[in-house]
Amino acid sequence: MALLEVKDLQVRVEEREILHGLTLTVNEGEIHAIMGPNGSGKSTLSHVIAGKPGYEVTGGQILFKGEDLLEMKPEERAAKGVFLAFQYPVEIPGVATMTFLRTALNAQRKARGESEYSTPDFLKKVREVSKSLNIPQDMLKRGVNVGFSGGEKKRNEVLQMALFEPSLCILDEMDSGLDIDALRIAADGVNALHSPKRAMVVITHYQRLLNYIVPDVVHVMSKGRVVKSGGKELALELEASGYAQFEDAA
Amino acid sequence: MNVAVAKTGKGRAVSDLFTSAEGRLPGSPTVIATRREAFETYERLGLPHRRIEEWKYTDLRALVGEVLPLAAAPDAAALKRAADAVKAQAIAGARKLVLVDGVFAADLSDVKELATEVGFRTLRETLEKDAGLLKTASTDAVIALNAAMATDGLVLSIADGAQLSVPIQIIHIATAASASSFTRSQVAIGKGARATIVESFVAAGAKAYQISDAVLITVGDDADVAHIRLMDDSPDALNVTSHFVTIGANVKFNFFNMTTGAAVSRLQGFITLAGEGSELSANGVNLLQKTEHGDTTLVVDHAVPNCVSREVFRAVIDDRAHSVFQGRIIVRPDAQKTDGKMMIRALLLSDEAEADNKPELEIFADDVSCGHGATAGALDDNLLFYLKARGLPEKQAQALLIQAFVGEAIEQIADDNLREHVIGIAERWLERRS
Ligand SMILES: Nc1ncnc2c1ncn2[C@@H]1O[C@H](COP(=O)(O)OP(=O)(O)OP(=O)(O)O)[C@@H](O)[C@H]1O
Ligand SMILES: [Mg+2]
Repeated sequence: MALLEVKDLQVRVEEREILHGLTLTVNEGEIHAIMGPNGSGKSTLSHVIAGKPGYEVTGGQILFKGEDLLEMKPEERAAKGVFLAFQYPVEIPGVATMTFLRTALNAQRKARGESEYSTPDFLKKVREVSKSLNIPQDMLKRGVNVGFSGGEKKRNEVLQMALFEPSLCILDEMDSGLDIDALRIAADGVNALHSPKRAMVVITHYQRLLNYIVPDVVHVMSKGRVVKSGGKELALELEASGYAQFEDAA
Repeated sequence: MNVAVAKTGKGRAVSDLFTSAEGRLPGSPTVIATRREAFETYERLGLPHRRIEEWKYTDLRALVGEVLPLAAAPDAAALKRAADAVKAQAIAGARKLVLVDGVFAADLSDVKELATEVGFRTLRETLEKDAGLLKTASTDAVIALNAAMATDGLVLSIADGAQLSVPIQIIHIATAASASSFTRSQVAIGKGARATIVESFVAAGAKAYQISDAVLITVGDDADVAHIRLMDDSPDALNVTSHFVTIGANVKFNFFNMTTGAAVSRLQGFITLAGEGSELSANGVNLLQKTEHGDTTLVVDHAVPNCVSREVFRAVIDDRAHSVFQGRIIVRPDAQKTDGKMMIRALLLSDEAEADNKPELEIFADDVSCGHGATAGALDDNLLFYLKARGLPEKQAQALLIQAFVGEAIEQIADDNLREHVIGIAERWLERRS
């Protein structure tokens, strides 16, 4: 079943059109990779799906589990199972990571009509997940992402993803800034979440990540459109020949 | 009616305030004479207005207009209501001293439980002998009016070397609507003493009342003091409070003020570092909504060398509220090696919210390190979006960021229990936001 359907999406930022009719369908259980040159609109797409303000959708639609995603507030999208691991996670001084995680998790549960986690249950869950991602406990006492290294910030995004158990995970350059070991640990975390009901959209510049998180479909984005889709071998092809061949297609 | 007659008319109305209260104002005949003199000073000056530099942003004439008649002494019903309010405000373990509508309420207070090193009398008692406590070296009209009208207050002395293990909590309860109350207290802290003084202001059902309070604090050498004031008066009340603090040598003095109530409020603190080697930490939070006007004015006077002062001030301003923070650091010619810093930040939650931040340095010594900064801005949209993308609704996302913002001032409170109490008040303020 289609989890995410992006149809002919047109998006403007500050009077400039960035996405010019982008179409993409992601089914339950699938892993999709999106590759494409800098500035082709990958993060823009992920932001529009997550509901970031400042983007004007001038055409097309986005359906999530058949519902109109663009009609929903960002927090509603999150509660329904949309998760974006940001390319550049922000730092939030003064908000302890632990407080943030609990508030967010319980807000999502409340929105879904589920009971809130008790403190011991929550702590147990965080401990399990952070351990598997090699995230030390004292990092969770600090402000959200405050003083975290680039790699630690990315791992914190994966931690949240594992905790919130969303049905659509969009990972925007999760691999940038991660060392080889951290990359493997984070990829293991993502793979552990892979299930027949859950889909992943992995945005990356590097084929290497796709050795760890093996995609079912690879899309090439250029100038605000998906210009080619194929199997995982498409990523290898790109690694060898670059994007030049697609620039004209766009 | 010509202008002169109108003036006389108004003057007479103001005098009525004093004459109608006079029979109820405690004190010997000399004390009454002092009061009368203070009242004349007030009458001559009138309520402060914007053409008086110190009151530029808080024009009481425009904001308040008139001083309400003195509240009647609380009756049994009022005391009953006050008792419930006291319960809600009490800090676990603290020794409570309660003033209801400006009058000490012995039955609601823990006088017997006070540590033996704490001397306690009421202002009323001291005024039977002399008027000393009504005198302050100030030419401010509100302070003169407070001296004229003060009905009661607490006179505390903490013995040299006393190590008080629990806070003393002074609770001001208002039960009388559309009336004013005037209190004046003194806290004398002995050498080497350690003490925590908390002051709480709340209403017990009263509306549209006026509070005038004055607190005179002296701190002996080597003392370690925390002074926390939590003003959560009714949203239609007026609260004008003046603090006079004189700090000895090698003292640690940690002051924190939080304003979460009153339609119009002003806390003016005059803190003098009079002994070398002392450290002052003076911090505050204004949480304002609707059309509230909250003014915190602190004058820190470095009169001697080698003292440190740190001020962290945060204002969160919603709707059409107006926050004022005036912080002046004075460094006297002798006060070399002074280290004084002040940081003021205002968070504007609405386009119509207003912040006037006025840091000022008056430096007369040449070997000092002083600085200040002031910023005002809105919540960061990127942070808000991050939180929303993780499932937090707008108001909850804002609340988390606001708590973090004021946390920078609240975390200056060392005691865990007190800090939690203060955070609780801030959380209730956040819940009140529509
Ligand atoms: N807020 C904005 N204001 C103006 N232009 C923007 C804004 N956000 C994005 N753009 C422009 O939109 C285009 C697409 O940007 P986007 O970040 O989506 O690219 P990307 O594919 O994620 O690139 P990268 O691989 O470098 O992360 C770029 O040209 C960028 O400059
Ligand atoms: Mg990007």
